[in-house]
This record gives sequence, structure tokens and C-alpha cells, in this order.
Amino acid sequence: MGLFDFLSQRSKNTANVAKDRLRIIIEQGRRERGAPDYLPMLQRELLEVIKKYINVDIEAVKVDLHKDGEHELLDISVTLPEKGAAAAG
Amino acid sequence: MAEIIVVTSGKGGVGKTTTSASLACGLAKAGKRTAVIDFDVGLRNLDLIMGCERRVVYDFVNVVHGEASIKQALIKDKRFENLYILAASQTRDKDALTKEGVEKVLKDLADDGFDFIVCDSPAGIEKGAFLAMYFADRAVVVVNPEVSSVRDSDRILGLLASKTKRAENGERVKENLLLTRYSPARVEKGDMLSIADVEEILGLKVIGVIPESPEVLQSSNSGNPVILDEASNAGMAYVDAVARILGEEKPLRFITVEKKGFFSKIFGG
Repeated sequence: MGLFDFLSQRSKNTANVAKDRLRIIIEQGRRERGAPDYLPMLQRELLEVIKKYINVDIEAVKVDLHKDGEHELLDISVTLPEKGAAAAG
Repeated sequence: MAEIIVVTSGKGGVGKTTTSASLACGLAKAGKRTAVIDFDVGLRNLDLIMGCERRVVYDFVNVVHGEASIKQALIKDKRFENLYILAASQTRDKDALTKEGVEKVLKDLADDGFDFIVCDSPAGIEKGAFLAMYFADRAVVVVNPEVSSVRDSDRILGLLASKTKRAENGERVKENLLLTRYSPARVEKGDMLSIADVEEILGLKVIGVIPESPEVLQSSNSGNPVILDEASNAGMAYVDAVARILGEEKPLRFITVEKKGFFSKIFGG
């Protein structure tokens, strides 16, 4: 083992790596857990309705539940296709 | 009024049974009439850690199914006259417990004048773990400073806040974090999550920190819960944790690297 290997090993703080990874994964887990069971179904049905009018793909509809203080916000966003690509079916 | 405490974690092997046994002994030693119940049906182990494995005649499942009375099944501890153990069944599967059956056993114990009922949860998030936490007033979530244990603890905290009787009634289960197998030296080196890291990630303060220590294995070898070994750091840390559960303020101990003094460096010690 060379001197530089030795130095780089010493400076590696894996506890910080663990902390960062946990923060992300736990945040994600809490979001999914807090969400009501009907959200995926709601997302699918919304997509069906929107597709009748606009040619969008599955990625275009996002349904999220947010907490805003005491209130819960159901956030539905639909990304419309660029002009020209849109054509009602 | 009996206080029901569930000792839970999600992940296996983090020290739930060791903790259940030590908390139960500590509460009994503090004069509280205490029962400790093994919910790990099919994988009975609390009896071994408590050192009463040869005195199990009837178990929890027998009582739930009406094959024995609670009085017949409770094993009286040999060290504390106000401490009783209810063993898990070794032969039945985990579906042998029912919510109604568990509720009746807990109610009978409360009516009998017990101050504390400690429920030793099995690992996982299936029926046994669910039943162990369902009626709890307080949860001691045992966590190791390690990624999988911390993540599982967060999952358990989510279940405590939604799938318990208290949660269903719009109340909260009192949540306590107990950090076990903590190694201050490894934290100092940057190899292990610190107390502050775990508290920050889980959004909860610790009620105790049990240092990694050889006495824990020695205690389970001999069937004497480590809290009774008051010469060991782990034992003393459990004594402190019990005091905090009983409402005392105690500073955390054994959370920094012990610096060896000049003489012990030279002469050893």
C-alpha cells in the first residue's frame, strides 16, 4: 500500500456516507408511507381521462400528497406535450 | 394502571430480547410489579436470557387458547419476587396469537395489579410484531448505529404512529429510542453513525445508549440479564435507561472514548 492509499483511506468517513444515504432513503420511505393507498389508482384513472383529450404518456401525470402545516395538499401536475405533437384522439 | 411497553426494532439481532430482559429486571428492582412477555412464537428465547428456560411449563399460546390460566403460565423470577415471565410457545406458529387473546392476557395482568408489562417483539413487521406493539402505551425502539437497523427503525416508528390501538384512537404511543452496540471509538474514527446522527435521521431523542461490551454476551451465556452486572458499562447504561423510563433525568454515560490515565497506560488496567 502506497502513501497515498494510506492517506485516502484515513480520510474516508463512511459514517457520513451512511448518514447521507439514510437521509435520502428514509425521506423517500416516509413519502410513500404517508400517501393514501388510492394514489396510484387515481393517477392511472386521471391518465385515462387526460388521454381522451391530449396525447400524453404515463410520465406526464404526477400525483403527490404534500403536507403544508395543518393542511394536506393533493398536487396533480400534467406535463403537456410540445405544441404540434398534441393531437386529440 | 399498568403501563404496556413494547420493545421492538424491525430488524433482528439488534438486542430486543437483551433489552426486554434488562428493562424488566430494572423495573422490578425499582419496586415495580413487572411481567415480561415473549411474543416471538416459534422462536422462544426470552426464557434463556432470563435464565428460566427449564421452568417453562405453560406458555403464552396456551393462555391465549384457554389451555392454561395466566397464573399457571407466569414463571416467577428467582431474583425478584415482583417479576414474572410469560414464555412464547416453541411449537406453534405465529398465527397462534390473536388480537382478542392478547388483549385478554394484557387486561388480566393489568387487573392483577401489574405496574409494567414489557412485550418483547419478534423481528419483522408481521403478525407477532404487530400484536406486540398494538396495545402499547410506550415503545422502546432498539436501534444499532448501522444503516439497515436505522432504516427498519424508521419503518417501525411509522407503524407505531398508524397501526396501534393508540394511533387508531387519535393518541400517540410514547416513542423512545434505545441505541445499542454503540462504540464511541468507532464513532470517533468516522466508522459509525453517532448518537446525534441517529437522532437527527429518525427525529427522536435517545432514552439510552448501551455501549458495545463483552458483558452482554457473558450475561446471556449465564442467563443473568446484563443490567444485573452493575460493574459493566452496558449494565450501568441499562440502569440509567430504566431510571429515565421512570421519569428521572440522567446524563448519558459511556458515550465518549475512555482516555487511559498515565498509570493505567504503564501498568495496564
